[in-house]
Amino acid sequence: MDLFEHQAKELFAEYGIAVPRGKVAHTPEQARALAEEFAAAGSSRVVVKAQVKTGGRGKAGGVKVADDASDAYGKATDILGMDIKGHTVHKVLIEEASSIAQEYYFSFLLDRANRTFLAICSAEGGMDIEEVAATTPDKVAKIPVSALTGVDRARAREIAEAGGLPAEALDGAAELIEKLWMVFVDEDATLVEVNPMILTSDGRVMALDGKVTLDDNAAFRQADHEERFADKAAEDPLEAKAKAKDLNYVKLDGTVGIIGNGAGLVMSTLDVVAYAGEEFGGQKPANFLDIGGGASAEVMADGLDIVLSDPDVKSVFVNVFGGITACDAVANGIVSAVKLLGERGETVDRPLVVRLDGNNAALGRQILTDANIAVVEQVDTMDEAARRAAELAAGSVR
Amino acid sequence: MAIWLNDSSKVIVQGMTGSEGTKHTRRMLAAGTNIVGGVNARKAGTTHEGLPVFGTVAEAMERTGADVSVVFVPPKFTKDAVIEAIDAGIGLCVVITEGVPVHDTTAFWAHAVATGNRTRIIGPNCPGIASPGKSNAGIIPADITTEGRIGLVSKSGTLTYQLMYELRDIGFSTAVGIGGDPVIGTTHIDCLQAFQEDPETDAIVMIGEIGGDAEERAAAYIDQHVTKPVVAYVAGFTAPEGKTMGHAGAIVSGSSGTAQAKKEALEKVGVRVGKTPSETARLMREIMKSR
Repeated sequence: MDLFEHQAKELFAEYGIAVPRGKVAHTPEQARALAEEFAAAGSSRVVVKAQVKTGGRGKAGGVKVADDASDAYGKATDILGMDIKGHTVHKVLIEEASSIAQEYYFSFLLDRANRTFLAICSAEGGMDIEEVAATTPDKVAKIPVSALTGVDRARAREIAEAGGLPAEALDGAAELIEKLWMVFVDEDATLVEVNPMILTSDGRVMALDGKVTLDDNAAFRQADHEERFADKAAEDPLEAKAKAKDLNYVKLDGTVGIIGNGAGLVMSTLDVVAYAGEEFGGQKPANFLDIGGGASAEVMADGLDIVLSDPDVKSVFVNVFGGITACDAVANGIVSAVKLLGERGETVDRPLVVRLDGNNAALGRQILTDANIAVVEQVDTMDEAARRAAELAAGSVR
Repeated sequence: MAIWLNDSSKVIVQGMTGSEGTKHTRRMLAAGTNIVGGVNARKAGTTHEGLPVFGTVAEAMERTGADVSVVFVPPKFTKDAVIEAIDAGIGLCVVITEGVPVHDTTAFWAHAVATGNRTRIIGPNCPGIASPGKSNAGIIPADITTEGRIGLVSKSGTLTYQLMYELRDIGFSTAVGIGGDPVIGTTHIDCLQAFQEDPETDAIVMIGEIGGDAEERAAAYIDQHVTKPVVAYVAGFTAPEGKTMGHAGAIVSGSSGTAQAKKEALEKVGVRVGKTPSETARLMREIMKSR
């Protein structure tokens, strides 16, 4: 789960990391009121920052300095509702402007290739670090951090030195880095990035921005994360419904509903449907849905229910490989699921193309044939079934 | 031969007494796996599924000569279970558990490295390893394929099964499901190296998916070190940026980790990449037929 900047900074503040004072506004009026509040406290210049979970906000015009409260109102009006790389701006962070002497880059992240953590530090902050690393790699220090030994103050100082930070910033940076490590570990983060980390004109080191990604697998010991940070407003309603049923569903923008077992097989199904769909006016998968190894009737019914709730879905491709759960059980699951949905008053009204393969495939196919469900059509291979589902979605054949 | 797991492997199950552990212990026994016991500190001294339950991995190894452990314990306890297996010095630890926090995986991996890498770790969040006709450590369905001379390495469980099934008439030496998490113990490269060295493996199927750059690194390795034919498949061409597709590791951020980049890297070193799983199976079939 990615956090908004303001959430990341709230988290930072709890760990004693210096961040500018700031509050969130959802309307230009709120932005003006907050700017007035900051002005009364002595800082009339504020920064209005779009809160979206993507990079490149500055370049897109989503970060602007306002000279006073009425300027903040105007800037917030401009920024709210803006589209930044497909993310609509619903809120802005109003922050007191900092007096910046220098800008640095810092992050802790997961180094997948080396199966360890990595600290990245550079005196060249404020811009795209990947570009800095590509053009002047010697200015970006990449330092492996062991999960066993971690980062204490001395190690943090070494990292800051390796990044080429000037002497006057080292104490402050070391303190900040040590605390960021605590955030990284204690909150089960996979990314903690501060760009820029700044040296103020009065010699303090602060986190001027914050990007944090939390590990969803750690939910069992981070009980407050979901409640506190999940962006319920932005969640697709179908994705939310699926989540409530413990189903792994991702909404996409095509017309062929997809149900399969196993993440890899479902990802592959999306691809195969997209290839096949090229032949039929560019039909594409409408969703990713992994019902897992079990594929029981109940889970199949919940899955079908969610996929069919999407009005864009014109046909559904049920692609199951019978491994641990044999195909006869899966076939029975499909038969019961269609019945179950009928009983719930949600009759399956779009064609289901079913491909069963693997253990007891013949038996499973026979069960579906015998059930004689009007909307169910069986195709033996994944490639052909994908083609048929795309064809049906295109409406060229009924 | 096969790699890492064969008919002389003695297997213990950590978390055998849980529901998943019980179910899959039965399946592994049915597949002919030589399971010699289980581990559960609270049930030490009892028997389960006709097998002795030991208090620790070390005790189980001492009493049975076990050299492989399969881990089914819940995510909360996985780190401790794997570290226990490492400290006991077991040769192979197969971590099936799904949903292990990446900080825990990184920690047990660091522990393995710090103690001299005596234990090969497969997983977490993987289907395990199967050497058909010999032994099966994990949850790969044993009866979908036969013994043969193809080696398979994959991030995905069901795609592994799909390929094993489509090529069941030719058969497999060993199939390794390495898992789709961002941090895993055994990589594509480890498997490629082992298959290259295995006299009972003639050709290799490699299945990858979006996220990270493991496939790109595997391609570079193949270029330098693998002389046996390799056929590959990559899933996730249509996956949108920034969305996690089931596996925690299957997420594309920025321009890196796309299926297209992986396919290109593999093709550049002469690996034939199938457009669909079935086409991948066909490519492998051609290679095995021409031998």
